[in-house]
This record gives sequence, structure tokens and C-alpha cells, in this order.
Amino acid sequence: MDTLALKKTANEVRKGIVTAVHSAKSGHPGGSLSAADILTYLYFEEMNIDPKDPKKADRDRLVLSKGHIAPGLYSTLANRGFFPVEDLTTLRHVGSYLQGHPDMKHIPGVDMSSGSLGQGISAAVGMALSAKLDNADYRVYAVLGDGEIQEGQVWEAAMFAGARKLDNLVVIVDNNGLQIDGNIEDVCSPYPIADKFKAFNFNVVEIDAHDFDQIADAFKKAKETKGMPTAIVAKSVKGKGVSFMENQASWHGSAPNDEQYAQAMADLEKIGESLK
Amino acid sequence: MAEVKKIATRDSYGNALTELAEQYPNLVVLDADLAAATKTGIFKKAYPDRHIDCGIAECNMVGIAAGLATTGKIPFVSSFAMFAAGRAFEQVRNSVAYPKLNVKIGATHAGISVGEDGATHQCCEDLALMRTIPGMVVMNPSDDVEAKAAVKAALDHEGPVYIRFGRLAVPVINDNADYKFELGKGVVLREGKDVTLVATGLEVSETLDAAEKLAADGIDAKVINIHTIKPLDEELIIAAAKETGKVVTIEEHSVIGGLGSAVCDCLAANAPTPVLKIGVNDTFGESGPAVELLKKYGLDSEGIYAKVKEFMK
Repeated sequence: MDTLALKKTANEVRKGIVTAVHSAKSGHPGGSLSAADILTYLYFEEMNIDPKDPKKADRDRLVLSKGHIAPGLYSTLANRGFFPVEDLTTLRHVGSYLQGHPDMKHIPGVDMSSGSLGQGISAAVGMALSAKLDNADYRVYAVLGDGEIQEGQVWEAAMFAGARKLDNLVVIVDNNGLQIDGNIEDVCSPYPIADKFKAFNFNVVEIDAHDFDQIADAFKKAKETKGMPTAIVAKSVKGKGVSFMENQASWHGSAPNDEQYAQAMADLEKIGESLK
Repeated sequence: MAEVKKIATRDSYGNALTELAEQYPNLVVLDADLAAATKTGIFKKAYPDRHIDCGIAECNMVGIAAGLATTGKIPFVSSFAMFAAGRAFEQVRNSVAYPKLNVKIGATHAGISVGEDGATHQCCEDLALMRTIPGMVVMNPSDDVEAKAAVKAALDHEGPVYIRFGRLAVPVINDNADYKFELGKGVVLREGKDVTLVATGLEVSETLDAAEKLAADGIDAKVINIHTIKPLDEELIIAAAKETGKVVTIEEHSVIGGLGSAVCDCLAANAPTPVLKIGVNDTFGESGPAVELLKKYGLDSEGIYAKVKEFMK
């Protein structure tokens, strides 16, 4: 693993996120930026995937259960070569294949349509179950928000995955601590998150979502764990990398204007410089 | 007169899945702790490795089915209509239908003929809910023969399908040698010139009986069996409406949004015709033996006969 290269890639992914959301004049930058390192690690290091053959049967699958961070997934996929990075500026435009939420029918590399919170994890469980039924060895990853786990369906899915010992499933909770209405603890606290997944018979790993060594270690532990699924609770910073978006719930679902966009790109350029 | 053979279409569902399992190796069956009632238990006994009990969690079950379908499986999701179409509506819409996944929903215990369990379990809204979803095929077979054919047709159709089955044993009316099931095609079961009776599900046999009673009074009714609510056989319905000038729809479902509404939508646009909708009149059901409930709600042959008679005055 080349940590510096991953950091550079994640920074490019972040540029793509703010560029896409700026162009769309709407979208969800905060959670996209908080999950950017995890998504980068998954698509550039962890997953068995091929941008030239996005539907290959034995590929690892990822379901973006927190589908509103589509800009994060799209920018990662584009940077990985699934489609042109230039297309990111068509996000949410009429006629574009880059829909506001992931659309598996039209976007190369998207394994499941998602966006209605709580539903993606069930589909991921179905994929993992299918691998078990067929004795196939592909793995399945589901990325959830910490606000999203307020949805009851998440726990229906967790109960099933734990009961069925789906050790080919990894659930990642992007724990940035903020949802639309504010701090997740003030809205309806989902804490303690790790204990909840443990109670549903998950192997749980808690990490810093922006530390590639910890990320790599967590996915390694997940792979080594047999007989139970893994949940990675990844403590993250909402809006990570863009100074004025960091830890601000207001940037959950709003787009930067031209001035803010210039500032955001300047922030990310600066980070890029520091990685040289 | 020979005793009429009666079979509940939920039994047909369980039997058809089992009979087709070998021919369709990707077929898997999901249930939510109702395998004994939905009759997928029959399949489970024969193919335990291909039957997945998800526990009492229908929304998750539909999502799991979606995930299975992305990998090439053909999942049949099984529960009562109330929970498959009602509780899990949004999962069916967003996780199954929007990505056009090859998931089949086998919904048993539809309508008031659920009987004693009462209103909470008597789903009279499922056809309405399912038909609003883009790309969804909606079927409501009338008897054992048709129910089995519908399961086979669902397997041969690529994309989401909803099939409605009943708890009550109903007469087998399609056991003739030349029976053929064609998805989206209505079936003329009786020719007539005065009025067209368009029925679906268990109301088809009740309607055939009602037509005989009407005939005795000199009313010559054409009877059409609509086993596929969506896509609707518009051509057949338009032609029959033009031919007879009056149309009656009969369904064990709310008069809002089901077969009656589908027929009215079709005729309003193509051949405006007076239509009487017979169904559950914007009300909840109640507990009681199924046959008594059908009578009380005017959905047995007597009730249909009386309403058509009035309509024809």
C-alpha cells in the first residue's frame, strides 16, 4: 500500500466531489467528503473490480446505502476509470446519467441503486447471501451513514447478517456525527454504535476514517474474521478537507456558490501541495 | 351435479414453486415467518437450501431479494399482501422496481376472504399500490390452474412481478385441456351482448355464477377474466365495451385503484362507457368466516347478480 498515493487520490476525489456539487447547484458535499478516504481505499486498494468490466461476475460489490453521497461514489469511480472525470460536472443535470442518487441501470460501477435510507444494507446482505449460496468468494461492502442507522431496516438487516454468519459482508458506518437537523446525539442518538452491532453478532472495528493505516488494518481484520460479518465504525469529519465545510451540518446538503467553490478548490490544492 | 374441486391459490403458489424449482435453478424463495401460511413451506421441504426465512422483517426481506437478483437469482418474496405490498411498498418501489430487478412478489391472504383475522390482515389496497409502480406486472389469478400458470409466466418474464393469491379455497374453473395463459391477455369465459362483466381473482367464478342467474332473467352477460391487471388487456376491454355498451368490474379489492379503476382509466380515454365498479366500498373489513364476509360485502354471486340487475334497469 502506497499511503501517499492514496492520500493524493483521495484529494482528487474530493476535488471531483466539490466540482460536481458546484456544477449541480445542489447535492451532498459534507458526507461525501467525510467518506472520501474510505471510498478511495475500497476502490483503489481493497476491492476486486475492473473498470473495463464493471459487471464481471466474481467482482466485489459495494452498496452505497447512504446514497445521497453519490458525488463521493461517482468521483471515486471516475477517478478509478469507470467513466470520464469530466462527466462529473453533469451531475443532477437533465439527461445526465449521473443521477442525484446512485442508479445501477445507467452508471458503470454502481452495483445497486440506492438513496432511500436503510434499504441499501439489505441489498448488500442479499448479495453476500447469494455468494454463500453459490460458494462464490466475492465480498460485499455497504457504506452507511450514522444518521441512517436510525432507520429500523438497518437493524433488520444486521440481525439477518449476524444470524446467517455472513463473514463476506463488511458494513462501514461513516460516523461524522452530523445529520440534516444537527448533531446526531441531539436528533435521536444512535450511540453506542459499536455495541449495537456487537449485539447483532458483528465483529466490530473502530477507526479514524481519515487514517489509511487504520483503514487498511480494519479491512484486513474483516477479511480474517470468519463466521461473523464485520462493522467498521469510522469516526470521520463531515466536510473533511474543505475548511469552511468541516463539522458543519449546514453543508450536509447544500452546494457551494462560485466564490465558495473557488475557496474549496484552493483548500484542496493546498492539501495537494502538501502531499508532494 | 358433481362436487366442484376447490383449491386455495396459496396452495397453488407453494406447489408451483416446488414443481418449477428444477427447471429454474436460479429460483429461490424468501419468506418472513409465514411459510406455513403462504405455503412456501411445501417448497422448503423439497428444497431447504433454496428457501430463506428472513424472520418477521418484510422490508429487509424485499431488500435481500433485490440484492439476490443483482447476482442472477430469481427470488420469490412471500408474505401476506398486507405486508408485501403494504408495509414493504417503498422497498418494492425503490429497491426492486426502480432498478428493474428480477424479483417476484408472491402475496397471499389478499382481500377480505382472509376471514377471521379481520381488518388488519385483509388487504384490499394491494392492486392499487402495485399498479402505480412503473414497470410492475400485476397478476391476480382466478383458480389453481391459473395461479400455477401465473407463477410460470412470472419466471419467464424479466423484471418485477406482483402476484396476488388467496387463502380461501376456490372452485377450479380453468381445468380444460386447451387452457392457455398469456401474460397481459384477458380471457372471454362467456359470450353475451347486454353487458360485459370484467372480473379478477376469486370473483371470476362468482361472476360466472352471477351471469347464469342474470341469463335466467333474460340478461345476456359477457364475462371476461382479467388475470393480469397490469399491463391491462385494453384491446379486449375496449372491444367488449363497444359491443355491449355497459361494463361492470368485479374484484375483491377496494373500488379505489384496482381493476375497476384500471378499466375506467382505459375506457375514459378510449371508449367512454357507463361502468359499475363492484368491490370493497372504501371501507375496512372485519372478522368472520370468508364465505360469510363475501356475502355480507356483496361479493358473492348473489350480491353481484343483484347489483348488475339494478345497473341494467
